[in-house]
Amino acid sequence: MENTASLDTLAVGRAALVLHVAGEDDMRRRLMELGFTPGAAIIPVFRAASGDPTAYWVRGTVIALRADDAAKISVAPERGAV
Amino acid sequence: MNGTLEKEGLPVIALAGNPNVGKSTVFNALTGLRQHTGNWPGKTVSSACGVCRSTAGEYLLADLPGTYSLYAHSPEEEAAREFIASGRAQLVIAVCDATCLERNLNLVLQLKEICPRLIVCLNLMDEAERKGIEVDIPRLAELLDLPVVGVTGRKKRTLIPLLEAAEEALKQPEAVRTEGAVIDEESIEARQKEAKRISEAVAAHKRGAHELPERRIDRILTGKRLGYPCMLLLLAAVLWMTIKGANYPSELLSKALYRLGETLSRALKAVGVPARLHDALILGAYRMLSWVVSVMLPPMAVFFPLFTLLEDVGYLPRVAFNLDKPFHRCSACGKQALTMAMGFGCNAVGVMGCRIIDSPRERLLAILTNSFVPCNGRFPIMIALLTVFFSPDSALLSSLLLALLLVLGVGATLAASKLLSATVLKGTPSFFTLELPPYRRPQPVKILVRSVMDRTLFVLGRAAAVAAPAGLLIWGLANITAGGRDLLHLTAAALDPVGRFFGMDGVILLAFLLGWPANETVLPVMLMVYLSQNSLSDGFSLAQIRQVLTANGWTPVTAACVLLFTLMHWPCSTTVLTAYKETKSVKWTALTALLPTAFGLAACAAVHAVAAALGA
Repeated sequence: MENTASLDTLAVGRAALVLHVAGEDDMRRRLMELGFTPGAAIIPVFRAASGDPTAYWVRGTVIALRADDAAKISVAPERGAV
Repeated sequence: MNGTLEKEGLPVIALAGNPNVGKSTVFNALTGLRQHTGNWPGKTVSSACGVCRSTAGEYLLADLPGTYSLYAHSPEEEAAREFIASGRAQLVIAVCDATCLERNLNLVLQLKEICPRLIVCLNLMDEAERKGIEVDIPRLAELLDLPVVGVTGRKKRTLIPLLEAAEEALKQPEAVRTEGAVIDEESIEARQKEAKRISEAVAAHKRGAHELPERRIDRILTGKRLGYPCMLLLLAAVLWMTIKGANYPSELLSKALYRLGETLSRALKAVGVPARLHDALILGAYRMLSWVVSVMLPPMAVFFPLFTLLEDVGYLPRVAFNLDKPFHRCSACGKQALTMAMGFGCNAVGVMGCRIIDSPRERLLAILTNSFVPCNGRFPIMIALLTVFFSPDSALLSSLLLALLLVLGVGATLAASKLLSATVLKGTPSFFTLELPPYRRPQPVKILVRSVMDRTLFVLGRAAAVAAPAGLLIWGLANITAGGRDLLHLTAAALDPVGRFFGMDGVILLAFLLGWPANETVLPVMLMVYLSQNSLSDGFSLAQIRQVLTANGWTPVTAACVLLFTLMHWPCSTTVLTAYKETKSVKWTALTALLPTAFGLAACAAVHAVAAALGA
C-alpha cells in the first residue's frame, strides 16, 4: 500500500523518500537545487523549541524549513517502526 | 567586480562554491593579507579579490559569492553567473565540502557546462577524515573528467598541490562550452541524479551522516529546555566580556591619547600656530577623536572577534533557527536575529550584515530596525546612568537592569517589524531556507588578528572622518558667543521646552543632536554644557556624573527617559550612510532615522506623563 505524507508531518528521526515538490516556480527550483528532488532520502533531525522550523538532513547537508513550506513536499515514509 | 582586475595583467582565477564550504578560508590562505573586499557593481553582494603568489608566478584571485546553483534568482547567484559568463576568469576553481559531496556536485556539474577551464578543490578533508568519510579522489576525477585536488583550507601546505593543478590547467587550451546551459526542471533532476551517482561511487560513509554526535549538540542547543537559555547565556557572556574586557584598555588608550595630545599641542605651539586655531584643533577636533577612539575601539575589538568566533564555529545559524518563529510572527525571518545581534556591536556593521537576508522586503525590515538595539557606543552612557540613578551599590543590579534594557530593545525590534509589515512593508513572508552547517573547529588566532585589524581600521577611519569634524563643530559652538552666551547654551535654551515635554531638557536634546556623528559623544557633550566648559574634559567618575546631573535637576524619571531615548533615537551618521548605501533609497534611509526616533519620543512622552500624573 502506497504510503505518502507531507514533510511537515514526518516525525523527527523517521526516514523518508521525497516524492514531489509542489508550490511556485521560484520556491520549487530553490528546493530542488538544495537537494529536495524526487528520490532523495530525507530525515528530520531536530526541531526548534517552538516547533518551527525543522531541520532536515538531505543529500549530506542539514537544511531548515518552516512547516508551511515543508507541507508542500510530499514524501514516502520508510516502512518500519517509527 | 571592479576594473582593477584587468589592470594588473595577471591571470584571473575565480573561486566558486556552495556557501559554508570553507571557500573564504581557502581564499584567505592563498592571498593572505593581499586582498581587498568590496561590492559587486550594482549589487550589494560582497566580493573579494586578492593576489596569490606561488613559485610559478602571480595570480589574481576572485572570491565569488557562495551559491547553491547558478540559476536561481538571488543577487549572489546572478553575480557569480555574470562573472563566470563574462569570461574574465581564465580558470575557475570549484571549492567543495568533502563531507557532503553529493550536494556540492550539483554546482560542479553546472560549472562544467559553462566554464572553459575548471578544476575541483575538495576542501575540509580533515573534517571528512574525522567523520569517517573516505573519498576516492582519482575515481572522482575520472568520473567528472576534471582535475580534483583534496585540501584542508586551514593547513596552507595542503594548498600547494592545488596551485600546481591550477598552473597545469592554465597551460591547457580552453574547452569549448555551449553558450548557456539548460535550466529546466528535467535538467535539474538529471544533474541531481548524476551528482548522486558520482558521489555514491566515490564517497564511503563509515557512519550514517545524520547520526553524528553533533546532532546531540544540536538537539541541546535548539531543544525546548536548553535552547533559549543557552542563547541568552551566550549573549550575556559576550556582552559581559565586551564590557569588562574593554574597561582597562579604554583607560590605557585614553591616557595614551591624552599624552599624544599634549605632544601635539606643544608641537603646534612651538610652530607658532595662533591660539584659537590651536584650541580648535586640539581641544575640539583632537579631544573628540581621542574620546571616540578610546571609548569605541576596545569594546569592538572584543565583541566582533567573539562574534566571528561563534560564526566560524557554526553556532550562529542555530540562533537564526531558534528565533525564526518569533520573527516569522512579525513577518520577518530568523536571520534578522543575527543582524540584530551584530547591531549590539555596531549598528552600521549590523545594517551591512543584512545582506545575509535573501528577501528584499525582509532585508529592509532588518535594516530599518537595526538601531533599536544599542551598539557598543551607547553602553557607557546606559551603564553610567543605570548605576548612578538606579543601582549605585550593586553591580549585579546594574547588569540586570542593562539586560532588561537590551531585552526591551529586542522587543522594540519585533514590534517595529510587525508595525512595518502591517503598513509600509506589506508582503507575505518569503520562503525561508537555512543551511545548518556542521560545527567546525575555529581558528582563533587568525580570527583575532583579522578582526582586530578590521575593527581598528573601521574605528580610526570613522574617528577621523566623523568625530574630528564633529569635535571641531562642537568646539566652535561652545566658543562662539552671541549676546554674551555661547551658541551651545543658546541652542540648549531654545530646545528646552521641547526637551521638557519629553521628560528631558534642552541640554540633553542638544547633546543627542550633536551626538549624531557618534553616540559616544552624547554624555561628554552633555556634561560639558552643564559645566559651562568650552571643551571636552578628559573623563568623569561616576561620582562626578551624579553630582553634575543632580545639580542640573535630573531625577530618576529624567534618567529613565534619557535611557529610553538612548535606546531608541536616530541612528548615528555612519549607520545612516551605510543604510543609504545598502538601500540606495532616500525614502528608506529617512525611515531608518525616523522610526526609532518616533518610538523613543513616544516612550519618553509616555513615561514623563505617567510620572507627572503620579506626582513624581
